[in-house]
Amino acid sequence: MGTINVSKKFTAKEKAYIPALLVGLKITMKRFIKGFFFRQHDTIMYPEKKRDYSDRFRGMHFISVDKNKTENCTACYLCETICPAECIHIVADEREDENNPYGVKKEKKPVSFDIDALRCCFCGFCEEACPKDAIKLSTNYELAVDSRDQAIYDLDHLKRDMNGRSEKK
Amino acid sequence: MMDNALIFDLTMMMAKILVILACTLGVVPVLVWFERRGAAWMQRRVGPNRVGPFGLLQPLADVIKFMFKETFIPKNANRFYYLMAPIIALIAPLCALAVIPFGSKVIVNGQEVLLQIAQMDTGVIFILAFAGLEVYPVILAGWASRNKYSVLGALRGSSQIVSYEISMGLALLSMLIVYGSFNPHEMVAWQNGTLFGWLPSWGVFVNPFGALVFWIATFAETNRLPFDLPEGESEIVAGYHLEYGGMKFAAFFMAEYVAMIMASGLLVTLYFGGYNMFPGMEVLVNAIGAHFSFGEVGLQNTKAFFEFVSFFTKVAVFMFIMIWVRWTIPRFRFDQLMDLGWKILFPLSLINLVVVTLGVYYFNS
Repeated sequence: MGTINVSKKFTAKEKAYIPALLVGLKITMKRFIKGFFFRQHDTIMYPEKKRDYSDRFRGMHFISVDKNKTENCTACYLCETICPAECIHIVADEREDENNPYGVKKEKKPVSFDIDALRCCFCGFCEEACPKDAIKLSTNYELAVDSRDQAIYDLDHLKRDMNGRSEKK
Repeated sequence: MMDNALIFDLTMMMAKILVILACTLGVVPVLVWFERRGAAWMQRRVGPNRVGPFGLLQPLADVIKFMFKETFIPKNANRFYYLMAPIIALIAPLCALAVIPFGSKVIVNGQEVLLQIAQMDTGVIFILAFAGLEVYPVILAGWASRNKYSVLGALRGSSQIVSYEISMGLALLSMLIVYGSFNPHEMVAWQNGTLFGWLPSWGVFVNPFGALVFWIATFAETNRLPFDLPEGESEIVAGYHLEYGGMKFAAFFMAEYVAMIMASGLLVTLYFGGYNMFPGMEVLVNAIGAHFSFGEVGLQNTKAFFEFVSFFTKVAVFMFIMIWVRWTIPRFRFDQLMDLGWKILFPLSLINLVVVTLGVYYFNS
């Protein structure tokens, strides 16, 4: 056995270095001309232009609402139970009859529904567990906040206007 | 009461110093901007484009950031040498610029003024002395900041300069034999003319190998890639200027660009015709002189202006090549660097020196 030497001998052209150098210089010059004169860049000018993500992208959560702006959530705790990161905190209460003027009667409602976005791992299990399609994941990925407190989202924020999976403009 | 000749000399000297300082220090921010944007273009990126039009004010924003940074001196550093290093780094290349001629002469008030700050017969020696001084800030900074990475950077810097200055000196020596003078003005005057009737008689055409060796050595001299081992970010963090922040770092940063300008200026003076105009510019000067019906004075001043433009353009081209090379070639390994310096450039420049000497002897006898 022993060591197998796989290194190859350099040819005279490779040893001279200058030809290889010129090839490299040619490539960078090509790129320079393309960038300088023809403005060809791979950069996305981020805040002005945003990358298109798939609709299946799992971003920040939202809670779907009916026509009356009443949340579809019935505070069944399935999402809180399945959540591996334990970032969902629900307090349930009885729903008044006048808040249910039509459709299937929802007997329970969440008084508070908090999601700690710093704990969340965006696995989407809550969305799969929900029997009412109430909690969903939007495609919003811009989740920067100034302090940790701001990253805990309450029911009012989660019920924000959504257009499909993206935020309404 | 000072006599008029002294006042005249003083004014002219100040004006020349002002021009050189303004050109050098004014070009540095543009170079920094171009370095960053050019690098971006070569790498399919956009580069800094937010501050001002095309991001041109980015260096200004950088300077403001540098100024408001904390002044920090490491506890165990040698304060005197630590603070002296960036000053020497900036002053040495600026001093060397004093001897590089940037035009033949202008005629003001009927008196001839040579476009060169310090007229010295030993100009090239002066430049070499101050260019050699560029390694001292590296060693001082590395040693005085008492950081192991810095010391490593300083060691690399000093050994690199030692191995490249020899071949640089030999390449220079071969040119001195050709020109037969130490005076940069006379060197440039020698290069005014043509070879075989069409080729400008620049040093590079007389002594191409010397030019190549000298050119490579300038890269090593200014610590630019592929010879930036004293800094070597990926190996020794930032090398000799690791412990410097704020304006002290900015001084090192500026010094690098001033050294680039100085090295390019020296290369242009020695090998690329100095301030000699590009072929065809003579016709342009004469046409302008004829159009405005200039006398001899006006014609000479127009010529000096175009000579300055030519010199500036040539230097700019070499600056561009330096930046271009930087973003093309990766850093050499240290042993490769030493191999190149001692086993290739040194013998090459030595043989070249012998050949050039024999050639000059043959043509002169």
